[in-house]
Amino acid sequence: MTGLSTGLGRAAWLVFERDVRLAFRRWEQVTHPVVFFVMVASLFPLALSPEPSLLRSIAPGVVWVAALLSSMLALDSLFRADLEDGTLEQLTLSGQPLGWLLLAKTLAHWCLSGVPLVVAAPLVAEALAAPGGSIGVLMTALLLGTGVLSFLGAVGAALTLGSRRGSVLLSLLVLPLAMPVLIFGARATDLAMRGETATGPLLLLAAMLILAVTLSPLAAAAAVRISLE
Amino acid sequence: MATWTWFHKLSSPPHFYRIAGRLIPWFAIPAALLIVGGIYGGLVRAPADYQQGDAFRIVYVHAPAAWLSLMCYTTMAAAAAVGLVWRIKLAHALAAATAPIGASFALLCLATGSLWGRPMWGTWWEWDARLTSQLILFFLYLGYMALRSAFDDLQRADRASAVLAIVGVVNVPIIHFSVYWWNSLHQGSTVLRKGGPAMPPSMLIPLLMCLGGFTLLYAALVCIRVRGEVLVRERNAAWLRELGPV
Amino acid sequence: MDDFLHMGGYARFVWPSYGIALAVLIWNVWSALRLHASALERALRRVAMDQSQTTEPASIHAPARTGEAP
Repeated sequence: MTGLSTGLGRAAWLVFERDVRLAFRRWEQVTHPVVFFVMVASLFPLALSPEPSLLRSIAPGVVWVAALLSSMLALDSLFRADLEDGTLEQLTLSGQPLGWLLLAKTLAHWCLSGVPLVVAAPLVAEALAAPGGSIGVLMTALLLGTGVLSFLGAVGAALTLGSRRGSVLLSLLVLPLAMPVLIFGARATDLAMRGETATGPLLLLAAMLILAVTLSPLAAAAAVRISLE
Repeated sequence: MATWTWFHKLSSPPHFYRIAGRLIPWFAIPAALLIVGGIYGGLVRAPADYQQGDAFRIVYVHAPAAWLSLMCYTTMAAAAAVGLVWRIKLAHALAAATAPIGASFALLCLATGSLWGRPMWGTWWEWDARLTSQLILFFLYLGYMALRSAFDDLQRADRASAVLAIVGVVNVPIIHFSVYWWNSLHQGSTVLRKGGPAMPPSMLIPLLMCLGGFTLLYAALVCIRVRGEVLVRERNAAWLRELGPV
Repeated sequence: MDDFLHMGGYARFVWPSYGIALAVLIWNVWSALRLHASALERALRRVAMDQSQTTEPASIHAPARTGEAP
């Protein structure tokens, strides 16, 4: 990258587009988390009972726990390949603000891992006997929530870069921070399923997303620098 | 600039080691007196509560534990930030030393809260905002300590866990204000409110004694722990020789 | 005394609370002292090893050992 002549916008686009392009070559990186999401959600009717009234009552929680776990799984692909082939170091040395580049990377990751979950959500909601009218709110909430999870996860992934016990430790770090997302996301879905308005929790999720997008790249950049020392 | 030179001297490990060592009894003895006095006052001297009966006496261990768990996390995050920004090893040592203390009191807060909640609300646990935030705080402590232990290099451990501590500090105001933001089973603030405390002195004074005593105890504990951390970090320093066979 | 132990019927909540609190306090003190004691012991041992190396008289097994890691 010609650091001096490349503007911020172009640099971000290059990083974003590269991650998306690479993901299309390793398609399983995108599909595995979605399959995991659907499978985990299906475990509950199998383990508990397929009775619609029970499923409807646990549907919000189940969808969100499954989405959360699937996000944890998908975080592995955020930095691993770039760490191994030295691209991450190149990004740090590129002369562009590292936080900005990581923002672009995390956005790409959100598009590749979070958005597919949102697309798969109606399927899962249907399987869990959720009323049709709540699907819109569910998808909106998941879109916002998976965004927050990607950005929080980026900080966790940066902190545990190349660590041996990486993924378990990562979950231990990110899950406590992600609990508010779970709480409000499930609450929004629950309200929608009962036919009530879910604007409150949705706005809180949006606020969390804005906070995460602005602050997490800074923390992630600091963490990447520390991990690469 | 005398205060600045004092501060600068304090951040030198051998100097801190000596001073902290001398301060310990000044923290520990008043702490012991306040805690014993406060507990005695709370268990024996304070009258039973009109609504909650003798169960309210749990407050004398529950409230200090809650206070300490929040204060420790804030201290830990602040020390971590100082260590990260100004690269002061002693600040990192302070953060590392505070974590297990804070975690143990967060656990105590959850346990005593649960034991208090059972007779009062009829439930061992309730997923309301304050309890959930306190649980998240406990998990944040565990995550911090887990991240520390994942690194062999102490410097890396310091810096990585510092980032984590700072990120998690957002949870602290949420816990404190959760009682106001959401309708909660948990009661609101009884001490820090407009119009003065809602408790009669016979109940309030033991509580303040316990709060003060626990805080001083933290100060004593952290002096001991940071001295230990300093010894670990100053592996080859010359000043260690002057310690001699203690 | 019985009334005191009885705690107005809430004894099985109040006393375990104080018991756990006592356990946490004791653990904190013990754990802090143990951390410091073991760190001190290790530091003193290192100092002693360093000193024994630098002040070691010339051995009959020439040449003198140099740069041995502790």
